[in-house]
Amino acid sequence: MSVITIERKVLEKNDEVARQNRELFADHGIFVINMVSSPGAGKTSILERTLETLRDTLKIAVIEGDVQTDLDARRVAKYNVPAVQIVTRGGCHLEANLVREALGSLKLDTIELLVIENVGNLVCPSNYDLGEAVKVVVASTTEGDDKPLKYPAMFRNASVLLINKIDLLPYLPCDLATLKDNALKINPSLTVFETSCTSKQGINAWCEWLMENSRRKPAS
Amino acid sequence: MHELSIAQSIIEIVGQYVTRAEQEQVRRVNVRIGAMAGVVPDSLEFCFAAVIHHTPLQDAVLVMETVPFCVRCHACGQTTESEPGIALCPACGSADTDIVSGTELQVVSIDVDEASGGGA
Ligand SMILES: Nc1nc2c(ncn2[C@@H]2O[C@H](COP(=O)(O)OP(=O)(O)O)[C@@H](O)[C@H]2O)c(=O)[nH]1
Ligand SMILES: [Mg+2]
Ligand SMILES: [Zn+2]
Repeated sequence: MSVITIERKVLEKNDEVARQNRELFADHGIFVINMVSSPGAGKTSILERTLETLRDTLKIAVIEGDVQTDLDARRVAKYNVPAVQIVTRGGCHLEANLVREALGSLKLDTIELLVIENVGNLVCPSNYDLGEAVKVVVASTTEGDDKPLKYPAMFRNASVLLINKIDLLPYLPCDLATLKDNALKINPSLTVFETSCTSKQGINAWCEWLMENSRRKPAS
Repeated sequence: MHELSIAQSIIEIVGQYVTRAEQEQVRRVNVRIGAMAGVVPDSLEFCFAAVIHHTPLQDAVLVMETVPFCVRCHACGQTTESEPGIALCPACGSADTDIVSGTELQVVSIDVDEASGGGA
């Protein structure tokens, strides 16, 4: 028996395409966020509130990842921003090459902020770099306060945590302080916003953060 | 969930090291999987078997070396195994830590049976 040494990363191909995407985004001065969550945490709703607030101030485009339908892309299209749908046909996450293909239908020079809504799944997307500047993880209060402990990889890789559906806190056994505490245990450098898409609480603070980061000149 | 595409990526990488004919001689594919790599070993094993079925690689077994999640603490200097993903130093509780292992997802090597040329 002979041994052939390989020592290669399994996802090196995806990482390489992600690196190329990132270069492309830098060349065009686009700030890119990759939104991840369990299904139904409120990614599309937050995006809708964000578009309402920022679409006159910031040039925004959207890439929607979905397993089967283009319903989310249609929700977003109502706000008159360029939106591309990626249907993964059962695939549980977006990959860098799917994003690269989608970029073909966008005018990159006219975009300041690109929002990628990933497929609703807290496990798989954490492995696949898309070339984004930051991962934004959405955890809703209805999912309980131990979510970060169950899906540590996602909270570890994210830079921002949006705790959504805080309007429902009075009716739920979810403790906000515990939820935050659990998330910061996994990743002490998380920036946390508490939001509600119904009362719109916290949406402005989140949008200000987006403005600031989209307009920031890349460090050179 | 995405173990199927991971199994396919593993096979693709292996295919860059041995010809199709040589793939029949591959007995083991050795991979390294971190405790926080987001991969379920049983599921990967199942998907690997499914993907190699009726291919030249069909006699290969996936051998998984799992790597514990460890953090190095800047406050107390210790490197300790931690609950997967928990960044706090298990020794002193500090949050000033770096991950030193546990996120690996690598193809390490393959074992090839050079002698086999038609059964024992
Ligand atoms: N009460 C409440 N419901 C919300 C909030 N955000 C989203 N929802 C509801 O949660 C459901 C799923 O939201 P959606 O944005 O489609 O989640 P996605 O799957 O993460 O994109 C919808 O019925 C929304 O109306 C919120 O802040 N409060
Ligand atoms: Mg959605
Ligand atoms: Zn320590």
